[in-house]
Amino acid sequence: MSLSNILQDFPILNQIDKNGKRLCFLDSAATSQKPETVIEAMNHYYRTINANIHRGIYQIAEEATDAYEKSRKKIQKFIHAGSASEIIFTRNTTESINLVANTWGRKNLQKGDLVILSEMEHHANLIPWQILATNQGINLEFIPVLENGLLNLTEYKRLLGLQPKIVCVSGMSNVLGTVPPIKQMAVDAHKAGALFLVDGAQMAPHMKVDVQDIDADFFAFSAHKMLGPTGIGILYGKEALLESMPPFLGGGDMISKVYLRSFTTNDLPYKFEAGTPAIAEAIGFGAAIDYLNQVGMDAISKHEMEITRYAIQELQKVPGLKIIGPTDGFRGSAVSFTLDYAHPHDVAQILDSEFICVRAGHHCAMPLHTRFSVPATTRASFYLYNTLDEVDRLITGLEKVHHLFG
Amino acid sequence: MDDMYREIILDHYKNPSYKGELDPCDLSFEDENPLCGDHLKIFLRVNENGIVTDARFNGHGCAISQASADLVVESIIGKNVEDLKKMTKEDVLDLLGFEDLGPVRLKCALLSLKVLKGGIYGVKDAEE
Repeated sequence: MSLSNILQDFPILNQIDKNGKRLCFLDSAATSQKPETVIEAMNHYYRTINANIHRGIYQIAEEATDAYEKSRKKIQKFIHAGSASEIIFTRNTTESINLVANTWGRKNLQKGDLVILSEMEHHANLIPWQILATNQGINLEFIPVLENGLLNLTEYKRLLGLQPKIVCVSGMSNVLGTVPPIKQMAVDAHKAGALFLVDGAQMAPHMKVDVQDIDADFFAFSAHKMLGPTGIGILYGKEALLESMPPFLGGGDMISKVYLRSFTTNDLPYKFEAGTPAIAEAIGFGAAIDYLNQVGMDAISKHEMEITRYAIQELQKVPGLKIIGPTDGFRGSAVSFTLDYAHPHDVAQILDSEFICVRAGHHCAMPLHTRFSVPATTRASFYLYNTLDEVDRLITGLEKVHHLFG
Repeated sequence: MDDMYREIILDHYKNPSYKGELDPCDLSFEDENPLCGDHLKIFLRVNENGIVTDARFNGHGCAISQASADLVVESIIGKNVEDLKKMTKEDVLDLLGFEDLGPVRLKCALLSLKVLKGGIYGVKDAEE
């Protein structure tokens, strides 16, 4: 499959507004659009095999269970995990990280223990640890972000000397587009005796992921940012770790035997999947993985890099525009910027009148905005369905902003 | 949406007449819109009859929130504090010349009213 005819696969992207403009969606870092095959996979489940999983004896229940478990295997292969029992379905990245903090964290972290995060984390990889800091008295330290948007790795080395128990960093910043050298960072963390958790919410949609090559102990991501539906995400964890962790939510499916006053837990991965899961969404996620595989993650990365380079080059020509984040080297496709004469809300509003969707605000990363002394930024983020023409439309829209406000 | 940025909004945003601080003042109050990081502080001077004799605002935010603050502050000078309590969302939209705004931008437009009322009711609480 080539990237040239991709637009026809995404019904939403073929919408035309009253002025004859096609929807220009530049907010995939917030959530991605869904191809027809994903929507259809979920429809198919509801229309033909809707039944609860892991319990029905009848035919459609078996088909539903089979489809659900097939998705798990597709996801396992997609991130190159060693076993399907290491793939836990959650609601999203946020829930995945909360799962780790609430099970591994509560069991293994004592008062005074250190957790290392970075200044560029979005709230999903910040608040669960803050809650643990409040409840259990653990300490948090942060790898600083340099002015050019990269992590200060010298400082990271120093922090590792403080004997942290776990290092939790984003594989790709949703604001800066920074892609930290997580493989090397994991090596360093392990040498220091710490576990390594990757917040893969932005990384998994945009580049090839091999959790064994990275040697990540945990890897969390969401379906909806990678062509899949909302309400479903993944926690990958190394099997031995997951085995050693207490359960998260209690209820059906996560149990083996239940007595009035006690229970035994089910095997992995079901131990962490309490209650009826998001079955249709899991199946839709499987279809999204199929679609990404057909296009190829390398092709997607290459396409995004081309668009991102062009966008950065053209954005830098807009008067008064400042990009927050790296402007060269390998980076993600989220490009955040400020205009010294217009507030991000106004920028987004004016672009909206051109049927262009961008994000304005702090993008769920308030401390990072504080770090760069800006209350908010405007962010354009690109995915496999975006085109160079759309970058031109963005620039034309920004010229309109300059005309009104500059 | 294009006419959201009419002359009146852009004028009051780019060249606000009442931006600044009052020192001393009888009343000041600040608040923010956490979603977008807009921050607003309003300063009032009130005489013994409860009449606002001077007012200013300071802070940062989008064109809608800043223009709204300038227009609201302009409109309250000379009025009785008791009357300000009756100010409504519609009054602010009238000042801005909007019939309606989407739910997100409405928060920007109404930040000034929220701050103003927060300040006035704060004083009332202190007196009681």
